[in-house]
Amino acid sequence: MNHRDATTEAVGACAPVKTSENRSVNTAAVQCRDLRKRYGNVVAVDGLSLDVLRGECFGLLGPNGAGKTTTIEILEGLLAPDSGDVEVLGLRWKHDERQLRQRLGIQLQESQFIDKLTVEETLRLFRSFYERGKTIDELLALVELESKRSSWVVKLSGGQKQRLSIACALVGDPDLLFLDEPSTGLDPQSRRQLWGVLQRYRAGGGTVLLTTHYMDEAEVLCDRVAIVDHGKIIALDTPKSLVAGLGAPKVVVHEGTLEDVFMSLTGRHLRDE
Amino acid sequence: MTSNAITATRNAARGGAQHPLIELTLARLREFVREPEALFWSFFFPIVMSVAMAIAFPSRGSQPVRVGVAPGAASEMLRKTLSSSPGVIVRDVPADEELHQMREGDVHVIVRPGNPPTYRFDPDREESRIARMVVDDVLKRAAGRSDPWEAHEDAVAIPGSRYVDWLIPGIVALGIMNNSMWSIGFMTVQMRLRKLLKRLAASPMQKWEFLLAQVLARLLFLGPEVAVPLIFGALAFAMPVRGSIIAIACVSLTGAIAFGSIGLLVGSRVRTLEAISGLMNLIMVPMWVLSGVFFSSANFPDVVQPFIRVLPLTALVDALRGVVLEGDTLGGIRLELATLAAWAIVPFSIGLRIFKWR
Repeated sequence: MNHRDATTEAVGACAPVKTSENRSVNTAAVQCRDLRKRYGNVVAVDGLSLDVLRGECFGLLGPNGAGKTTTIEILEGLLAPDSGDVEVLGLRWKHDERQLRQRLGIQLQESQFIDKLTVEETLRLFRSFYERGKTIDELLALVELESKRSSWVVKLSGGQKQRLSIACALVGDPDLLFLDEPSTGLDPQSRRQLWGVLQRYRAGGGTVLLTTHYMDEAEVLCDRVAIVDHGKIIALDTPKSLVAGLGAPKVVVHEGTLEDVFMSLTGRHLRDE
Repeated sequence: MTSNAITATRNAARGGAQHPLIELTLARLREFVREPEALFWSFFFPIVMSVAMAIAFPSRGSQPVRVGVAPGAASEMLRKTLSSSPGVIVRDVPADEELHQMREGDVHVIVRPGNPPTYRFDPDREESRIARMVVDDVLKRAAGRSDPWEAHEDAVAIPGSRYVDWLIPGIVALGIMNNSMWSIGFMTVQMRLRKLLKRLAASPMQKWEFLLAQVLARLLFLGPEVAVPLIFGALAFAMPVRGSIIAIACVSLTGAIAFGSIGLLVGSRVRTLEAISGLMNLIMVPMWVLSGVFFSSANFPDVVQPFIRVLPLTALVDALRGVVLEGDTLGGIRLELATLAAWAIVPFSIGLRIFKWR
């Protein structure tokens, strides 16, 4: 596995910064404290707190129904939490929504674009909402969809659709990118292509917060990972430390992976949707 | 497209994209023209409807009456007398089929021989009452009645007062309502189902711009939608178009905006296509009946008239007929225009407020 040790260690070094009091403009891209959200009797998010540092790629890992999507949608300003405090890029949804939306890139789980628009028309539509950002050509090159420029969205493969979705999220040159299960349902090749896009975005200094239930994806992409279950964070560290630390089962003969940590922590092998 | 420098600079600031309102409208338009069925329904439906109606109701006055008599020798005299009159068609109807044929409109009245003869007819049906009078007249004359005098007749059959003339503007109005409500109401629900609305709400897009673009996109197709049936009526039926094109355009535009914003309100919170279909029908079908598209709304009792007056389709139908058939100016139909404007503003404002993006 390709651990990017240098990055991991650099981030690991500044991971324990606690800056909840001041505005922390230079360190935290996302800060949330004690988020709670319930739907009827179901508690989706149960007192969750986390910090995402600028420039890092932060992964929310968890089984289905753990509260990952609810959490990320609260951070994206699409859902209001029942209680708790959210600060994104030093701004708050209540007062700075317009400014925030200009600076965020958001990819939602399962959202579909207009079938009979071309890739280029779709990008142009999204580009028109942003005051600054990339050109259509730059975007097409970034997500390797140049050859599909004039194809209707409905004709794209799953991987191509997902890359279009990422391109629409990147259209305004965001400071912070939210991705909700970006590679679910993709074949291995498409996933690797997607990872390439994200690594190129991060090379430009962008911050990423993603949810996934692929452990290998988290190990490759993320500087830090939070494992979420029942609406709470049950472990938070670099993938390497998580594997090396207490969470890793001693019985495994082969070198431990994040998957081993995940299974031992959440303890459930099969989950219903 | 970017003829002047200012637009060019602005577009460059958006990475080559137009103003969001334009891009949103274009997206909707592209989606629409790439859907051949939608095009068919907006342009050909009104024509098909007008032709069908024109065939079904040619000119009401000159329609011959259909009279049924019992088959056999007993009715021979009756059959002969009635057939000699040009306005009467005689059919043999066996006794056990009389009710059925009258209900289906195959015959309007049944005449039984006797002295005097018996008329069997349905006084609730206009054509049945007319047929009874015509038959009565023919038989009495044949029996030797002498009239004190024969009046001079001055028949009015000028284009503009026939049923088909009255019908076509009504069908245009109906088309405006149907297309505006369906295209906007249905599409918003579909976009909600596909989570596209949620995705758009996650972007910095202005929400009112999105909703306005849905209505605007609707308007660009309005021109042909209104013009095609009117031109067809003028060419095929010599229907007069007396009002100005500007007045027709203003009425159609106001009507389309009104129904667009009603469609928006109807679709503002609905989550399934079944629910939106039901709601749409619930709102539109009563107007099909009440607003005087196919028959005059004067047929309804006086107590419901004020309610019928404020319906948007009534306002649109009346305004279109006034402009097309009577040559009314915008001043002459200001009441209808005001009604439509209210239907445009109020539902849009409510819709914008209660619209569900997820």
